[in-house]
Amino acid sequence: MTTAPVLHLDNIVKTFPGVRALDGVSFSVLPGEVHALMGENGAGKSTLMKVLGGIYQPDGGDIYMGDTKVTMSGPLEAKAMGIVFIHQELSLAEELSVAENIYLGELPRKSFGRVDWATLTAQTNAILKKLNVGFDAKTRVGDLSIANQQMVEIARALTVDAKAVIFDEPTASLTDAEKVVLFDVIADLKADGVGIIYISHRMEEIFKITDRISILRDGQYQGTVVTAETNEEAVTQMMIGRKLDLSRNAAHHDLGAVALEVRGLSCGALYQDVSFEVRRGEVVGFYGLVGAGRTEIAETLFGLRDPSAGQILLDGEEVRLHSPADAIALGISLVPEDRKGQGLILGMNCRDNMTLPQVDDLKAGPFVAEGAEIAIFDQYRDRLDIRTPSWKQRVGNLSGGNQQKIVIGKWLSMHPNVLIVDEPTRGIDVGSKSEIHKLLRELAAQGYAVIVISSEMPEVLHVSDRIVAMYSGRITRTFTSDEVTEDNLIQAISGIKPGHAA
Amino acid sequence: MQQGTLSKALKSGAIWGFIAFELVFFSVAGEFLSLSDKAFMDFDNMLLLLKQSAPIGIIAMGMTIVMVNGNIDLSVGATFAIAAIILLESMTWPIFAALGDWVIPVAWLLALTAGTLLGALNGLIVWKTGVDAFIVTLGSMLGFRGIVFMFNGENPTSHLNWTLVDFAEAEFLGLATASWVLLAVTLVIWFVMSRTVHGRNAYAIGDNREAAVNAGIRVGPHMMINFAIIGFLAALSAVVFYSESGSVNPNDGQLYELWVITAVVLGGTKITGGAGSVIGTFGGVIAIQLLRKGLGHIGADTSTVNLVIGLILIAVLFLDRQLNVKGKEELKV
Amino acid sequence: MATLTKQRIGSVLAKQGILIAFAVFMIAFTIANPKFLSVDNLFSVVRSSAILGVMALGVTFVVISGNLDLSVGSMMSFSTIVVLDLHDKIGPLLAIPAMFAMTLGLGAFIGFLVGYLRLNSLIVTLGMLSAIHGLTLTYSGGQNMDIADKEGTWFSAFGQGTALGVPVPILIFIAVAVFLGAVLSKTAFGRKVYAVGGNGTAATFSGIRRARTVFTCYLISAACVATAGLIQASRSMGSQNTVGQGLELEVLAAVILGGASLLGGSGTIFKAVIGVLILGFIQNGLLLLGLQFYVQFVVTWVIIILAVWLDIAAKRGKLWSPIA
Repeated sequence: MTTAPVLHLDNIVKTFPGVRALDGVSFSVLPGEVHALMGENGAGKSTLMKVLGGIYQPDGGDIYMGDTKVTMSGPLEAKAMGIVFIHQELSLAEELSVAENIYLGELPRKSFGRVDWATLTAQTNAILKKLNVGFDAKTRVGDLSIANQQMVEIARALTVDAKAVIFDEPTASLTDAEKVVLFDVIADLKADGVGIIYISHRMEEIFKITDRISILRDGQYQGTVVTAETNEEAVTQMMIGRKLDLSRNAAHHDLGAVALEVRGLSCGALYQDVSFEVRRGEVVGFYGLVGAGRTEIAETLFGLRDPSAGQILLDGEEVRLHSPADAIALGISLVPEDRKGQGLILGMNCRDNMTLPQVDDLKAGPFVAEGAEIAIFDQYRDRLDIRTPSWKQRVGNLSGGNQQKIVIGKWLSMHPNVLIVDEPTRGIDVGSKSEIHKLLRELAAQGYAVIVISSEMPEVLHVSDRIVAMYSGRITRTFTSDEVTEDNLIQAISGIKPGHAA
Repeated sequence: MQQGTLSKALKSGAIWGFIAFELVFFSVAGEFLSLSDKAFMDFDNMLLLLKQSAPIGIIAMGMTIVMVNGNIDLSVGATFAIAAIILLESMTWPIFAALGDWVIPVAWLLALTAGTLLGALNGLIVWKTGVDAFIVTLGSMLGFRGIVFMFNGENPTSHLNWTLVDFAEAEFLGLATASWVLLAVTLVIWFVMSRTVHGRNAYAIGDNREAAVNAGIRVGPHMMINFAIIGFLAALSAVVFYSESGSVNPNDGQLYELWVITAVVLGGTKITGGAGSVIGTFGGVIAIQLLRKGLGHIGADTSTVNLVIGLILIAVLFLDRQLNVKGKEELKV
Repeated sequence: MATLTKQRIGSVLAKQGILIAFAVFMIAFTIANPKFLSVDNLFSVVRSSAILGVMALGVTFVVISGNLDLSVGSMMSFSTIVVLDLHDKIGPLLAIPAMFAMTLGLGAFIGFLVGYLRLNSLIVTLGMLSAIHGLTLTYSGGQNMDIADKEGTWFSAFGQGTALGVPVPILIFIAVAVFLGAVLSKTAFGRKVYAVGGNGTAATFSGIRRARTVFTCYLISAACVATAGLIQASRSMGSQNTVGQGLELEVLAAVILGGASLLGGSGTIFKAVIGVLILGFIQNGLLLLGLQFYVQFVVTWVIIILAVWLDIAAKRGKLWSPIA
């Protein structure tokens, strides 16, 4: 290969307070190549993309396009240089037409500042024809399905003379037929000599369409392999690594009575016919891809969604949960997935955040017993090793790991019967990560019934006594820690029937 | 998908359905309750209605573009009063004495310029300080009103120029000057919003500001232009109205912002921005004026008008929410 | 190091800016006219601010919970008219609780719409501004309301009386401020108000009943409005239907001046009181300087924008906004 890479990253470093998000990442994308970028959540993929898009400035390292060193100062500059992003989160104006969205910011003009609709429509329809989609330039974007909105995003990339196109989980919401169209588009781009970075968790796709795979783990570059010369297992191995002490949990201990039982629970199209039980002293891990229905089950158990069918039993008695307040009163706690959006009130201080669910119960006459509050805060600060100068600190000023510990402390101080933890270590540093894992095991040993939802396989393997695998809204299999292997777990969450594995 | 289309059709047609309902209701009810013998749906009555809609209607067109852009302007009533005073005062200034009736276009120009500049000032502050438009225009609503009082204290400012009055009272093809201005403004703002790059970008900014910024749309200048437009239109509304009446009280225009916002929201513009149409706003303006006249026609007084309009505004909000109600399995937060 | 100091000055300014501004005003006005700081003058300022002030206390709750209340002006007209009317019909002893009940009913209606139905508070209270105004006019038949026998009633005590040498409106203002200040900063309910306004989703995820909290804030606001209406009615013993018109925006100006963010989650009763006093003292100080009353409008405009601007500038660490 003598062609110069369209894009070359050399030793990129990016740090945030407390976290080394990117630690010496280097790889090249060649013209006409589909280059997969893989890594688990929190491995640094999205940080890397933000560096490429000029949203973050790297603390070290260089970016080259062809032979020239470049600096990205923002998405516009990146686009002008020919780097185009297809985001996972759509950035469309729903009330505007497809054409206006595709040419957002660069609508063709006529005299008096008028939009040149004829040109706009013609250009748009030409692009849409290439994409072979079933809607036209004048359709309102809000009327399109999510998949078609994704196509609009892709169409946007085709309007510029792109040198490199970055797809971030493009198939997350696409049907199989739509995927075929997408892969055709990628093939066309490839034929035109465009370099493509393809970010996805789906092995199947990666092995179908990519030429090479670069792997990140905990912000570190693990290497680049040629797709044809490797296999899923090897790639998974590189993604997961064995750096942390993530040995399989084998600490069998005595389990108590069934604390929570779910029978045939369904919630519309989100998940169907889910049944499982959790005993005291047990950690049950829920593993599956994003969108498999794990978080939605947790939200139902916390009174945030009304199930369409099924029963929830606590200590053998059926309960109805209409709000988190109901759930909390019955001893269910949820450490939510979105720490900043759902877990914390960032403008409030540490103490007030921690005692929020029980503020009604901490009374000194008509007032809140602030002394009792501080005592609770101190207790969990010490137990969880929360690093903050004082309880008066705004939670928004803490690092991700300490923020997460505040949320966990908030629920531990409620002494729940059932503790549900959704993505407990997303976006937090390695040190806090293993502390939280240790804590979850300790809680089980103390007799809590714990549910851990995670997208990280090592985490699930490490902390769980049993693992519930989900695929597309259904439980595909429940493993005991003796039965589970990485292979059969991957099969279970990919919807592959045992024996059909590649 | 189908549900969405239904709700959209209902929403876009709702205001006209409401107007039709009002017409039928007041015509029928008028037969039994009306104090006058005249029919409600009298042609002259409708023309008068259009004329009476003009002062609020002209400003409402500006409010539509400002709200679609994701902002709000509470200072329009005060801008209206400033423009009115400048219009009437400037005609008496000695330096213009030699102009004769040519002082009229000069006075118009001064009033309109003042309105545009005040609007642009609001826009500039919103742009450069990043303070929310609600707060900025809440402040300037007070400040502008203070400026109004600086001219003549609490006394009214009066100046009747008969040439001007004749012009304002003139009719062309059966429509009064004010009606023509309202129609022209509606047409121009419709054109700006649906046909120009500026208008489409204003929608994009109100709809998804981050996407607009990422696409390189310069948010600040667009917002400032829209504030200048609403300032200009508030002044134009004053020019149209006071050319005829010839006398302005320092408290004139108070609560106009509330009427205008009511009309715009009734017309289907989203308060959070990104959606709304000038045609809908036109419907909202007509609906409100129809309600005022209609209630008057059946013998209700202004108190009922206020009561009914307030409750209708809330009912519209409620219906809108019911049409977009979440599915049963949605997250309850 | 230099930037650090600059930032620290910025944050001190942001936190205490309103107090500093207040002090500067007081000193400047006193130098310009020593009469400004006399007890009589101070009393007269606070007394005339009391009505606005009591309303601002209630609106502070609504704003911290992340909502707006534009209906307080017309609601205050309603309370005033109702209590004056009922005074002559059923006597002051029954008239006052009856008026409170009716005003709280209006507050409950708004609280239901905004809290439980989750309708946009700006539009709901805008609609209620108009609707309550209509209600008041219907109630009064458009007539001014007067107490027939102005001498033979103790009703004037709330607006005109003095106790321990202090005008009663001031005492009411202080009492309500202390009470609500304690509710907001010391009770579980106050904590929930901050939580709901700071991040409603996270508050729900912590088991807080968001709708109930918002509903209660509107009830508090209505109770404050009723109190203000009582003072107003008692002070004038007669009233027009439009006595509270436009007050909603002055109230909001005072609350914003006190540093409450319209996004919710921040603000205190103490600062709202400062905001009210600043408005009152500016008005008074400018008058003592011989300036016309309307100059205060312009000054208030400049102060509101400067106050909010500096506040957010300190938070983002940049004077000018990043808007392109």
